[in-house]
Amino acid sequence: MTATEKTDDRSTANNGHPSGDERFKALDRTMKRFKYEKDALLEVLNAGQEAFGFLSEDLLIYISSHLGVPLSQIYGVATFYHLFTFEPLGDHNCIICAGTACHVKGSDKIITTLSEAFGVKPGETTPDGAFSLTIARCLGSCGLAPLMVLDGEINGNATPEVALERVNAALDIATGGTQQEKESA
Amino acid sequence: MSQVEKLRELGQKERKRQEQFHSRVFCCISTACLSTGAGATREALEEAVDGLEQSDDQQIEVVPTGCLGLCSKGPLVRVETKDEPDVFYESVTPEVARQVVEVHASANGEKAKNGLQKHVLAPDIPFFSKQVKVVLTECGHINPEKLEDYLAHGGYTALTRVLDEMTPEQVCEVISQSGLRGRGGAGFPTGLKWTLTRQAVGDRKFVIANGDEGDPGAYMDRTVMEDEPHRVLEGLMIAAYAIGAQYGYFYVRGEYPIAIQRLQRAIRAARRRGILGKSVMGTDWRFDADVRIGAGAFVCGEETALIHSVEGKRGMPRMRPPYPSVSGLWQCPTSINNVETLASVPSIINKGADWFASIGTEKSKGTKVFALAGQLTNTGLIEVPMGITLREIVYEIGGGVPGDQDFKAAQTGGPSGGCIPAEYLDTPVDYESLQALGSIMGSGGLVIIDDTTSMPEFAKYFMDFCMDESCGKCVPCRVGTVQAWKLLDKITRGDGVPEDLDKLEGLCTTIKQSSLCGLGQSAPNPVLSTLRYFRHEYEELVSANSEAEAESVEA
Repeated sequence: MTATEKTDDRSTANNGHPSGDERFKALDRTMKRFKYEKDALLEVLNAGQEAFGFLSEDLLIYISSHLGVPLSQIYGVATFYHLFTFEPLGDHNCIICAGTACHVKGSDKIITTLSEAFGVKPGETTPDGAFSLTIARCLGSCGLAPLMVLDGEINGNATPEVALERVNAALDIATGGTQQEKESA
Repeated sequence: MSQVEKLRELGQKERKRQEQFHSRVFCCISTACLSTGAGATREALEEAVDGLEQSDDQQIEVVPTGCLGLCSKGPLVRVETKDEPDVFYESVTPEVARQVVEVHASANGEKAKNGLQKHVLAPDIPFFSKQVKVVLTECGHINPEKLEDYLAHGGYTALTRVLDEMTPEQVCEVISQSGLRGRGGAGFPTGLKWTLTRQAVGDRKFVIANGDEGDPGAYMDRTVMEDEPHRVLEGLMIAAYAIGAQYGYFYVRGEYPIAIQRLQRAIRAARRRGILGKSVMGTDWRFDADVRIGAGAFVCGEETALIHSVEGKRGMPRMRPPYPSVSGLWQCPTSINNVETLASVPSIINKGADWFASIGTEKSKGTKVFALAGQLTNTGLIEVPMGITLREIVYEIGGGVPGDQDFKAAQTGGPSGGCIPAEYLDTPVDYESLQALGSIMGSGGLVIIDDTTSMPEFAKYFMDFCMDESCGKCVPCRVGTVQAWKLLDKITRGDGVPEDLDKLEGLCTTIKQSSLCGLGQSAPNPVLSTLRYFRHEYEELVSANSEAEAESVEA
């Protein structure tokens, strides 16, 4: 492919995603900022993950056509890094830190408790999409070990009991909310 | 007015503004304190201050600031009052916060003081008095999001001096003389690295600040980037000037969103004030910097893997040589330094190589920041002079192991380091001494474990980490870590036999000697060091089986 053909390719692709999904615009901005350089792949994947929450096949194809990087290569890069996920997370996400300090203070017990209570292994989401259990290598708040992050809220000095209680509370509120909505409807 | 004068004026203006306050209340807003409720504390402080009728000579302001160190006692608040010693408050709830403002706002606040006594931390406790601040000088003293505040505290004067008075060769010379060594773990002399990169031939050269702190149990680099972004930027620029680079990158873990935001903000502010750009500080040197976000791969802390990651590829290391100082980012000479190393540089330029070299031991100069965690009374972030003993860190700064448990071991260097048992507590903390004990300095994670932790289990935990993080490029690491983990799993489940220990030791030695990069070469350290000092725990686990076997043979 010659250089001019490549530019043509990109100018047509610049009209955005055919679905008209607004979230692609954030991705387009990032790619434009890096002048569609292949080297910016990681930045673009990060932007995609931020906009969509996960990297779908459609999204990877879109990135592939814009940066001119083979899809196989993009998949290779994306799967190499832990932060990229290929499936959507649950409505509620609980991250348990398994860093050294948290491990020493018993984070494995919290993981086992939640895992058994909701029937999910670390990294999995419940079949109804309500709850995901995620493990972090270290969240860097070792002074407060063990650490859990539930829906973005950080809780230090966690115990299995407290963790279970909080997750249950979060899930209850969610179902309670939908019931109210149903009633009002 | 020249660029330098403008910056100086900006700093002076900010200093004058700060001096008009009778009291300044510093509220820690770093991640650790935020998770104990510092957000609400800050709001309460600000509301209380807004509610005051402030007279001209009794003004008070709230300053959001970086880590104050003692993370286990957060939220922390420090109050600076004119002509009075600083007061530290621990566990500051919104209720306590309102009292703090009351006490410091008025001259007759003495009455309210009594109720606050139990929240006051004595400034002379060993946790504070044993520390020496070089890297964390401004941490907890300035608002990290304000360039003016950094300028008011002498920020960018080192860069100005370097540009005005020194040649790149002289900068390398000063850093060499200071004895500064890489704080990422390996301890390579920084001055030598810069000299090699400066002498390398290339049209374009790069500097990279390595902020990919992947060690579980460590958060020094995060704190440095979050709380002193301008200091790291200044260090990076001095490095760039010394080697002749035109562009620099901060490579930061994706898990550290606040560090990323603050660095980006610092870069924007520096561009606006002419510190970065076509004409740095009004000179004809052109330099700019950008942030690159990592995506969760431990191996990217290794410099060749990091380079691949910045280039948008899988973060896999490659054979060295050629070293990045000769052929790095896009095959250009590149100097990669840890953020803590870079943060030491402005102080060395300002105070001199001799001053820096006067701190520490013969071969390890300066200070080291440690993230103190695990089974200790005081956990948090500390900066200590090299050569301090582990005993001082654990018992004086850390306040010892809480409860009835006994100290068992200190784990340094994360999954690449080892465990140091109680009998070596008087070892001075420096690169060589820790290496002699089978551990490493590492990036600065220091986790204390008590006698409730089983060492074979602990070794398995680290092997699990390395097995997961191995990039898979070289066989010894990819296959070896899995086999070592399987052996450890067998032993910890109680199915091991005595021969397994020799097998494990042999396997670990092979991985150590034949792996491609630092990850594989150091992955066996936790196993080898626990086998060395706590072999009896392994033997207990496997001895049951050997007796059972012996019995079955006899029968």
